[in-house]
Amino acid sequence: MSAETNLKGRKVVIHDMSLRDGMHAKREQMSIEQMLSIATALDDAGVPLIQVTHGAGLGGNSLQHGFAPHSNEEYIGAVAAKMKQAKVSILLIPGLGTMKELQAAYDAGARSVHVATHCTEADTSPQHIAFARKLGMDTSGFLMMAHLNTPEGLAQQGKLMESYGAQTVYITDSAGYMLPGDVKARVSALRAVLKPETEIGFHGHHNMGMGIANSIAAIEASATRIDASVAGLGAGAGNTPTEVFVAVCERMGIETGCDLFKLMDMAEDLIVPMMEHMVRVDRASLTLGFAGVYSTFLLHAKRAGERFGIPARDILVELGRKKMIGGQEDMIVDTAMTMAKERGLLKEVAA
Amino acid sequence: MKKIRCALIGSGNIGTDLIYKIQRSPVLEPVWMVGIDPESEGLARARDMGLKTTAAGVDGLLPYVLEDNIQIAFDATSAYVHAENSRKLNELGVMMIDLTPAAIGPLCVPPVNLRQHADKVEMNVNMISCAGQATIPIVSAVSSVQAVAYGEIVASLASKSIGPGTRANLDEFTYTTSNAIEVVGGARKGKALAIINPADPPMMMRNTISCLTDEEPDQARITASVHAMIKEVQKYVPGYRLVNGPLFDGKRVTVFMEVAGLGDYLPKYAGNLDIMTAAATRTAEMFAEEILAGKIQLKPLEVA
Repeated sequence: MSAETNLKGRKVVIHDMSLRDGMHAKREQMSIEQMLSIATALDDAGVPLIQVTHGAGLGGNSLQHGFAPHSNEEYIGAVAAKMKQAKVSILLIPGLGTMKELQAAYDAGARSVHVATHCTEADTSPQHIAFARKLGMDTSGFLMMAHLNTPEGLAQQGKLMESYGAQTVYITDSAGYMLPGDVKARVSALRAVLKPETEIGFHGHHNMGMGIANSIAAIEASATRIDASVAGLGAGAGNTPTEVFVAVCERMGIETGCDLFKLMDMAEDLIVPMMEHMVRVDRASLTLGFAGVYSTFLLHAKRAGERFGIPARDILVELGRKKMIGGQEDMIVDTAMTMAKERGLLKEVAA
Repeated sequence: MKKIRCALIGSGNIGTDLIYKIQRSPVLEPVWMVGIDPESEGLARARDMGLKTTAAGVDGLLPYVLEDNIQIAFDATSAYVHAENSRKLNELGVMMIDLTPAAIGPLCVPPVNLRQHADKVEMNVNMISCAGQATIPIVSAVSSVQAVAYGEIVASLASKSIGPGTRANLDEFTYTTSNAIEVVGGARKGKALAIINPADPPMMMRNTISCLTDEEPDQARITASVHAMIKEVQKYVPGYRLVNGPLFDGKRVTVFMEVAGLGDYLPKYAGNLDIMTAAATRTAEMFAEEILAGKIQLKPLEVA
């Protein structure tokens, strides 16, 4: 196999998302004890970066995104204190999280950050990227819903984030929509314009079952950082499953520095038992991937669908048609209500 | 009829849209446009629309304030330069309407508290943010019925309607709006979220307002209060429209709004631009009416 020889000896940094994207799958309801048991197992398995935040990142505690039982600082502080080798990272979406919260997360022990914007709005991130660098944090620019921009467009957005100080630029397949060719084209376009020392990362969702294949495609096109989540614990059909990805890497000779068997064990013994629903490709999560809808919308759409009598799939398809992006969870209930009125299930209130 | 003469500082989206709004006003007249780039499109457009222009910032305007009888200035620059702009113009007796997130003066949402600012002859009034103008009236409509522990607003804005200043300073937008939800909206704690959506064709400005009341919400009274407030805002923003709600969920009240602009400078999707400039114009008109009626008099501010 040519891919095997191509990638043999390549080093890839795994960034685990179980305690951030995984919060979505748990409706943000993870206890400190659960976080600690997962984080210490990840640390023990040699995972170098562990993201710990509300699913929507800093500032995420809200009616819009749900309230977690603890503040971000409490989770970060508890986990950071117990890490032997792993660094704790955080997510910050400008417009939701602010620099005050970034400072507080740093003070609590976070040392790496994904500064995330929609894939066409990188210029909303200069303050936050610069501030993270000033704090000395490992700083990534994270271009979400990357299927909605062209490879060339993404390259320009990545270049902007690099100019603000980002050391890594991520292609983020928030909808789990991309196929390996889409990923390769985007990573290659970024590589062509970024400085040689700027790393490229890929964050996948498994909605079309492509999490592993897309991550390998990203590595083939020069990505060196891969976001993954043990047992796929994450939004939609979950993230690229860490243990499966590490197994594939071992077979291909890609070096992750992670202990495969320990990851397998924690997937089976720790993560799966705490899942509230099986995180897998099912009708609704496949709809996300197929229609290109933000993965986090899944559980919101199911709840709104039940309340207003509209199938979740219909709501998700309509959200995709309206080009709603990450952060617009309020538009799920709004869309469900409007559809319910159109279908005669909800009475119009005169304004 | 005599009009109050105005200067506009900042020749970006907001400043340019303001020209249209002020030109339509029966009591205001746009006279000066202040920029910092002689090549800027905004200044050229202002000249075409009959305004005097300077590319030397506020200092370029100062020598003409008295001879051109400028009494009200709108600042649509950035939070970082507003304080200096305001100091220099206040010293000459010019009242400032601040459209930046600087918020050095009291916060103003016209249907909620404009009257009290005019009565006090405030020399600097801050317009918070587009999201603040679009959502705080609703928070206030709920909090005027019963106590609100927490008010949260989500503003979705079309990418094409957001200029470089706002983009580079999203935190200021967040802080200013969150604070105003408390101070003007009447919620004990406020939180503001902004999302910039690049969909093409651009999406209309959407705002979702959620309030948590202390006691079970009085559904009939809150619904009536929200509908009455929407009518008040529609007096100066005709495209302010209820899409869904009020939706009641335990102690949570949620209202889904849309703001269509008048399509003056940017197309109708940019309701965020419109509601900001319309609120600023409404504020200036209230002061202008009082000045013209001889009820209030602007005085140069002594700076200690």
